[in-house]
Amino acid sequence: MSATTHSPAPRRSPGLLGDKIFALLCKSAGIFVLLLLGAIIVTLFIGGLPAFQRFGLDFIISTRWDPVEGREEFGAAVAIIGTVLSSVLAIIFAVPIAFSIAFYLTELAPPWLKRPVGTAIELLAAVPSIIFGMWGLFFLVPLIQRYIQLPFGEVLAAIPLVGFIFDSNNFAGTSLFAAALVIAIMILPFIAATMRDVFDQVPPVYKESAYGLGATRWEVMRNVVLPYTRVSVVGGIMLGLGRALGETMAVTFVIGNANRMITSVFDSTTTIASVVAMEFPESLAGSPQQSALLALGFILFIISFVVLAISRWLLRPRLK
Amino acid sequence: MTHGFNRRSLMLGAAALPMAGTAALAQTATITGAGASFPRPLYERWAQAAQAAIGVTLNYQSIGSGGGINQITARTVDFGASDAPLTAAQLTERRLLQFPTVLGSVVLSANLPGVADNALRLTPEIIVDIFLGRVTRWNDPRLVEMNRDIRLPNLPVSPAYRADGSGTTWVFTTYLSRVSDEWRNGPGAGTAVRWPVGNGARGNEGVSNIVRNTPGAIGYVENAYATVNRMTTTQIRNKAGVFVRPEMPQFLAAAAAADWTVPNFAADTIDLAQPDVWPITSPTYILLPMNPVADRVAASRNTMRFFDWAYRSGSQIARTLEYIALPESAHGLIRAAWARDIRDPAGAAVWTPTGA
Repeated sequence: MSATTHSPAPRRSPGLLGDKIFALLCKSAGIFVLLLLGAIIVTLFIGGLPAFQRFGLDFIISTRWDPVEGREEFGAAVAIIGTVLSSVLAIIFAVPIAFSIAFYLTELAPPWLKRPVGTAIELLAAVPSIIFGMWGLFFLVPLIQRYIQLPFGEVLAAIPLVGFIFDSNNFAGTSLFAAALVIAIMILPFIAATMRDVFDQVPPVYKESAYGLGATRWEVMRNVVLPYTRVSVVGGIMLGLGRALGETMAVTFVIGNANRMITSVFDSTTTIASVVAMEFPESLAGSPQQSALLALGFILFIISFVVLAISRWLLRPRLK
Repeated sequence: MTHGFNRRSLMLGAAALPMAGTAALAQTATITGAGASFPRPLYERWAQAAQAAIGVTLNYQSIGSGGGINQITARTVDFGASDAPLTAAQLTERRLLQFPTVLGSVVLSANLPGVADNALRLTPEIIVDIFLGRVTRWNDPRLVEMNRDIRLPNLPVSPAYRADGSGTTWVFTTYLSRVSDEWRNGPGAGTAVRWPVGNGARGNEGVSNIVRNTPGAIGYVENAYATVNRMTTTQIRNKAGVFVRPEMPQFLAAAAAADWTVPNFAADTIDLAQPDVWPITSPTYILLPMNPVADRVAASRNTMRFFDWAYRSGSQIARTLEYIALPESAHGLIRAAWARDIRDPAGAAVWTPTGA
């Protein structure tokens, strides 16, 4: 009997110790992630420092990327602009479709269809990017070349004021447009899934009240669901943008890898991630080229970090 | 528990013993190399054959020439491999001996509907202008002029190049720099350059994919790749003014015409003056430490044994894989360099011709 009365105390003290150890482990795991992130940034920065010192602001604003030994000159503007443009174009392509999917799944689809379509979208998110790259190169690029650029290129180029966007001498089909399309397909599931989830979070009573007042489905979506979820929707889009910025393999396959400033969406260009992937294996340790590539990595890290930070901030749970 | 443990370690020991026994008997030695991807198929086939012949197992990682140079500089492998030769200063700084194994050649492949293999004739000037973006259509008067016997389509010219840093690009841009001052002062020569026009793709397969998919596209690829994949290639006018086809006799002529006595074997095989040579060929190199540390001396010797065997018995394999074997005279010079330059920590020669 005495054993049972005493037992709580001896059982508790190892429990307390265990709690402490567990808390410490969790805390160190958390700090470890922070340290790891910091270490990556610092490594990239130190590796890229010689390039930053040598080229200064030119590294970001110059469009001249010349890796030839003996007269190296590294300006990342083309890659930075290519990265931002391809991602933004991809968002422009993907968001309307993602919105339609989410709208359909939350408001229109019969319940028996919601599950399979939702699962299909999640599966699309699981397709490795190299698959999208190969599919893009062997299917999408010829398609763009033969059925968009050749028949419509000249017609589009003749449009006053904006025609130049479509006027290109590049007929290989690998282009900014192809890259944006492939990225759009890749980020579509992320944006669609986020939108579906936040649309589902709208309290049914809001929607029911609107329906009760005689609103149509579209009016409910536009005047109730969207205003309620606006910030989260933007956060989801930013999440997609974050993925688009860092996409490497699929983009490398279809963008044409030309370190030149583009004047048209059908021109080939490059992104930060593809430049690094293409040139890193052949760069000599300690060479200005390797330093410039590490500096590019640092810039990409900063861009992605800022975008993701904004998306987290917009998606933060708020008390309403 | 303890019993089971013992039995397992016993079994492990029993399993390990015969393996150690056979290893000692067959004297298998493993050497590791890393570098250029261009000679990988050849080194792998040589490795298979050499394992049976001389008991040297080669583990070769084709991580690219730059990676190979980095690895051998750090001495994490037994030898490095690079498509472009290192300069004398780079070799001295890294204490490396450089020697060639075989040559490769670069050919141009164009997608012109209705134009047969090796029918299109190109001059160095036209090639430079194509890759500078000055010749924009295939029915350009100059192209028509030199190709009177074929019908050139009215298609836009789409140049294609290697976007990844590569020895193939180095060879091709070295050729362009050699034949054109404008190219030398413009994009220049390197494993990656600033291309004024065209589309970049990864690897020979990427360039060949652009060429296949785009009517009017022209790109440079490694000859072995082009031959195996039956790509449509072109003739090029060499320095002697003769239009030559990219075929083995013309490649071997370039290897034979080159001067292999130059320092570090950095023989110039590009745009040679003989009438029967293909103008765009280049040796691929091995980088071997001149001062192997004590526990790497055996590996260094085995590396030389491996390539000695390859020079003696590997030419046929090289030829079937479309690589260009070195002339016999070069082999002798390379063996002499081994005996002269590779020293163990005691200062003795690692390679002794008689001990091979």
